[in-house]
Amino acid sequence: MTDTTWLSVSELAQQVQTQSVSATSLVEKSLRLIDEHSSYQAVISIIKDRSLERAKAIDTAIKQGETGGRLAGVPFIAKDNFLTFGSETTAASNMLKGFRAPYQSTAIERLEAEGAICVAKANMDAFAHGSSTENSDWFTTKNPHDDTRVPGGSSGGSAAAVALQLTPFALGTDTGGSIRQPAAFCGVVGYKPTYGLVSRSGVVAMASSTDVIGPITSTVADTGLILSCMAGVDERDGTTIPSDKDSYDTVKPAGLKGKRIGIIKEFMPENLDATIQQKILDIAESAKAQGAIVEEVSIPSLAYALACYYVIVSAEISSNLARYDGQRYGFSHPDAQTSEESYVMTRSEGFGSESKRRIMIGTYVLSSGYYDAYYKRAQQVRTMMINEFEKVFQDYGVLIGPTAPTPAFKIGENIADPLQMYLTDIMTVAANLVGIPAVSIPVGTVLDLPVGLQIMAPQRQDRLLLSVAQSFEEVLA
Amino acid sequence: MLYYDEMAKLTKDDVLKLAQLARLCVSDSEVIRYQDEINKILGYVEQLQDIDVTNVEPTSQVTGLHNVVRKDVISPSSSTPAELLQNAPEVTEDGYIKVKRMIT
Repeated sequence: MTDTTWLSVSELAQQVQTQSVSATSLVEKSLRLIDEHSSYQAVISIIKDRSLERAKAIDTAIKQGETGGRLAGVPFIAKDNFLTFGSETTAASNMLKGFRAPYQSTAIERLEAEGAICVAKANMDAFAHGSSTENSDWFTTKNPHDDTRVPGGSSGGSAAAVALQLTPFALGTDTGGSIRQPAAFCGVVGYKPTYGLVSRSGVVAMASSTDVIGPITSTVADTGLILSCMAGVDERDGTTIPSDKDSYDTVKPAGLKGKRIGIIKEFMPENLDATIQQKILDIAESAKAQGAIVEEVSIPSLAYALACYYVIVSAEISSNLARYDGQRYGFSHPDAQTSEESYVMTRSEGFGSESKRRIMIGTYVLSSGYYDAYYKRAQQVRTMMINEFEKVFQDYGVLIGPTAPTPAFKIGENIADPLQMYLTDIMTVAANLVGIPAVSIPVGTVLDLPVGLQIMAPQRQDRLLLSVAQSFEEVLA
Repeated sequence: MLYYDEMAKLTKDDVLKLAQLARLCVSDSEVIRYQDEINKILGYVEQLQDIDVTNVEPTSQVTGLHNVVRKDVISPSSSTPAELLQNAPEVTEDGYIKVKRMIT
């Protein structure tokens, strides 16, 4: 192992458990790498003291005969919208600068219970509103493959961190592609679980009917292990569903022979970047060579997915962000004289322009007289999309297509045109609207920039999806 | 590729009204930009009007959960009132959040 790369998460944990390396040395290595690669600006804050204390405690516990947990001593980075001890939690926003979480998110607590150590918080678009990290109120993260390009977003810092190997894995959140699209842009694995599989308690809410939490890793096997440590019902999040009785970390690649795979026609339009199109078709051929049955399938309502998504998500954002009023926590404008002034001045200064735009659109589509035409209609289209996916899944085990219509774009290329930026999510939003699991795995490069293959499976078929994704990994290796 | 309805839509006054409803203050130069951007986005989502949704039920919860309830009992909190108040902009000595004047 060279000094800048990591073994797999399970191997690292085993080394710590058997005392061939110490948790302290792994944390020190991460902290050093974060410092060495600071020019990419993947990280907002570093959790130094607490992570070293935890590492020491884990090393001591193992010396005294304890196991240390399934993730013993493995360092990771969490997106800055996870509430964590030992650092600020800002969601990369001016609104929450200085905020110290009074409790930790369930996902972090569950990973810590297995011995993992959160060493830093990753950059993101403020409140996860964006696809490039350019909407961060801190700075823009640079793509590790080309520092003139974006890492994707909104979990761009997390994806860049894993691509730079600052830690063996990172956590992101995915409301409309915010784990998968940056994973594709940075050449790593990004996993969006079935809606409700991982508790969102203690994560800054964006759109509650589509928000999910998931891992960003170097391999699908690592993703299965991290998922198995986080998944399952949490009484602090009423939308959680039980995890599979068989654990996600025991999934093996079952091979593609006889697997029925659909290529989504709507994700391969004629005007798609020709090199990305070719990449996906080449993969389909490789899958066929392994004995898979790969056929084109059509889901007509996908043409409306992005419009449907931006109505529903803006509505839920306007509702979820109403809580930032400067009264109980977060930024509070010092010059306000009355409560009303305090709300308005705090929100006007604390929110960036993308968040304000989404709040206003959400306010509009929920307002009396427009609710039926926009919000209710979008939810009806959502039902149609769910039905169409269910029908296709009767014939095909998984669906594939590109994760994003282009490789990583240039910093500044799309930021002036919000609608153009929204269009970068066109292939990822459907999985969120339908609640199904979806993963992006790296499938090589086009002009030296990584390309992602997106694979989707039916709701609660996360084990199937992990198995097929591992099989694709083997084919591509 | 873009669907842009030229008939759209919001006037400057509409944008100012939306901002007021959302407790946001937008400057004169901002209002022109937001008007343009919001109208473009609303023009794009206008395509939803083309779909026949007769007799289609709306979906707001995708995994089919209904009324998830818990027993109405107090469980210990992971944080103390003092810890929770540390993030408040202004607190009173006896542990309340202090707000600005309500009546003007």
